[in-house]
Amino acid sequence: MTTAKAQPERPAPVRRAGGAHQKLLAFASLIVLVIGFSIASQRFFQIDNILSILQAASVNGVLAVGVTLIIITGGIDLSIGTMMTFCAVITGVVLTWMGAPLLVGVLTAIATGAACGLLSGTLVTKARIPPFIATLGLMLVLKGLSLIVTGTKPIYFNDTPGYTEISTGSLVGLVMPQFPLPNGVLVLFLVAAIVGWILTRTVLGRYTFALGSNEEAVRLSGVNTDRWKIAIYALAGAICGIAGLLISSRLNSAQPALGLGYELEAIAAVVIGGTSLSGGRGTILGTLIGALIMAVLTNGLRVLSVAPEWQTVVTGVIIIVAVYADQLRRRKAA
Amino acid sequence: MTELVRMEGIEKRFPGVHALKSVSFDLRAGEVHALMGENGAGKSTLMKVLSGVYQPDAGRILVDGREVTLPGPAAAQAQGIGIIHQELALMRDLTVGQNIWIGREPRLSFGRIDEARLNADAQALLARLNLNIDPRTPVGGLTIARQQMVEIAKALSYRSRVLIMDEPTAALNDAEIAELFRIIAALKAEGVGIIYISHKMDEIKRISDRVTVMRDGALVDTVPAADTPISRIIAMMVGRALADEAVVIPDLSAANPALEVRGLWRGQELRDISFSLKKGEILGFAGLMGAGRTELARAIFGAEPCDKGEILVAGLPVSIRSPSDAVRAGIGYLSEDRKQFGLALGMDVRANIAMASLPRFASRIGAIDEDALGDIASDYIAKLSIRTPGDRQEVRLLSGGNQQKVVIAKWLLRDCDILIFDEPTRGIDVGAKAEIYRLLNDLAAKGKAVIVISSELPEVLRLAHRIAVMCEGRLTGILPGGAAQEQIMELATKREGVAA
Repeated sequence: MTTAKAQPERPAPVRRAGGAHQKLLAFASLIVLVIGFSIASQRFFQIDNILSILQAASVNGVLAVGVTLIIITGGIDLSIGTMMTFCAVITGVVLTWMGAPLLVGVLTAIATGAACGLLSGTLVTKARIPPFIATLGLMLVLKGLSLIVTGTKPIYFNDTPGYTEISTGSLVGLVMPQFPLPNGVLVLFLVAAIVGWILTRTVLGRYTFALGSNEEAVRLSGVNTDRWKIAIYALAGAICGIAGLLISSRLNSAQPALGLGYELEAIAAVVIGGTSLSGGRGTILGTLIGALIMAVLTNGLRVLSVAPEWQTVVTGVIIIVAVYADQLRRRKAA
Repeated sequence: MTELVRMEGIEKRFPGVHALKSVSFDLRAGEVHALMGENGAGKSTLMKVLSGVYQPDAGRILVDGREVTLPGPAAAQAQGIGIIHQELALMRDLTVGQNIWIGREPRLSFGRIDEARLNADAQALLARLNLNIDPRTPVGGLTIARQQMVEIAKALSYRSRVLIMDEPTAALNDAEIAELFRIIAALKAEGVGIIYISHKMDEIKRISDRVTVMRDGALVDTVPAADTPISRIIAMMVGRALADEAVVIPDLSAANPALEVRGLWRGQELRDISFSLKKGEILGFAGLMGAGRTELARAIFGAEPCDKGEILVAGLPVSIRSPSDAVRAGIGYLSEDRKQFGLALGMDVRANIAMASLPRFASRIGAIDEDALGDIASDYIAKLSIRTPGDRQEVRLLSGGNQQKVVIAKWLLRDCDILIFDEPTRGIDVGAKAEIYRLLNDLAAKGKAVIVISSELPEVLRLAHRIAVMCEGRLTGILPGGAAQEQIMELATKREGVAA
């Protein structure tokens, strides 16, 4: 039998997982913003101010890293904001009301988040409820539960010495007193590094991309897609728990009314970082940069004494511009 | 015959590719002009130039003898050039009439749409095609074939005199193809010129007046269809003659059974199916579209549940409730629609090859051994001669044949003993087909049990050691390999309660 001679294949360049250009673009924007604000105000590029930007980015950043996983599968999670609060509330119950030691509180926060994620993952896969609806429902349920459990009053962590250290203390400061990087920022980088590793180097990460790329093809490859997807939601939930620790530690209290709106800020950071809302494409580094851009903007505009209502407008414009720039680039590449 | 379109010396370059090398092409009124060539030969690029999607780097386009520029699809439409895409571009939730007149709805005052006129106009167009479709039905409720007819009606609504049809019969059954050809004949009689792209030789012979073959972006020749034998057309396409081989049936009397299916039922789609398959055997499944062959494959693979029935693998009963159960039992399924069901197109070759076997390359905490995976992927790329710049290439950038090989590699890596191929060469060009056939034969020779579902009888006859024939959800008979086509067709149309 004769076989075809090597027919000339279009010698298209070898392409890696997408998002590299957008990441570069986002990074360049970040640098431009930092330089711009530094020129505009001498108060901007001071160590204290930089540290407070990073601190401000930490909670949103951790949430954004978690939801990046879900968005890459082609899903969405609207419950992360109130889930974060719910985790903080349960931690408050365990630490303040029941007097458990700090470590138990930390584990409780993470476990609560994982359990919530397990629930939303199960709703999405087994009950076949679209992620938008399932997590919209869970968002309201968790908000309500936080208010019910606390009787709408904050739970303070005054009886747990060291709780505020989780976010505001500085291990780095012990080594480098001139650069007291808050632990919250350290946690953000740690979470980002671990999730980045999971996403690029592990089976879970590979399936995360594959689910977003073509879920049915993955299922027909004999992969138990439901189980993996639930695992991804649970992991994102656990990360929400960490965000819950960070925010309640910074406030020294679990504020039950807080949380709504955080999910959209996190999703905004993910989008600015170049992760596609249609799934299959995205990076943790991009998300991290996205979260930093948002924090730099808020801080920089405040330093320049721009009214907070205008800061919101600018953030909105940045989101639209970021995605439009990505579209332009892709149209050019096509 | 008057000339409708002439393209002269069309050149098109993309970064790194010379896609069209001074191609000339013409179309006359009232003719069907078949455009043929392997995937990547430049047919689609040429048609995209003609329909205004791409701008040529050099060359002229003449419509009715006058030179025109086609800066966009709207300009091509204005010149009476319509294209019917392989993937239908209809809005499923809108009605037939709304689809046909989308963007050009007849208006009343205050921007209201004149629904009555819209439907009446649509009705007139459909009547011209002799189609009995109510313009008020939603398109999503029509069969693929009917949707295609609606596309044709839509193209005619632009007063198109040139219709480009890209693989129009890919998803049609024989009766539907006959209806399409009737419409094509009617359009010819009206003086419409049709450019017909297809891989199916028998169709080309049936309906086309002239055949133009392209290879590697260049024109090979334009010949009259009537007095050019198929073998010559194929030779023009691949640059050499392909030998048509007869199936060699191995002696499998001593071989162990690999798969047994007993009394499988699902609703009216699958009715009491029983058969067995030996190691090293290729069992072909023939039948008309809708006979239940794909449904059977998906039921065996656990992709759809079945009502009752028993499946034995290597003599032992297995419970298959999901694809992952089936894969664990050693069954692999290659879907008829590899883009939708077989591949993660945006991911690279390596990830796709590994898709069914990933845990095998992972440490206890789930870290992937990329080096080992890369080696294995490169192995399969070499073994199956998958043409790709490397294992990090995104699969969507490969040709159909090479994509299919990636799916095959996926199942070989998973080490499945039973492989179900559903339309393994659909949308694959002639040269790559021969390679896929060779691969299937090799797999059987190595002891794999292979099921091949195909709507192309020559393919079944060439590959299958035994031929199972289905009709309306029942298995109507199993014939020895190389059986006469008439016998197969008889079983394929053997309806229940009707004497054969």
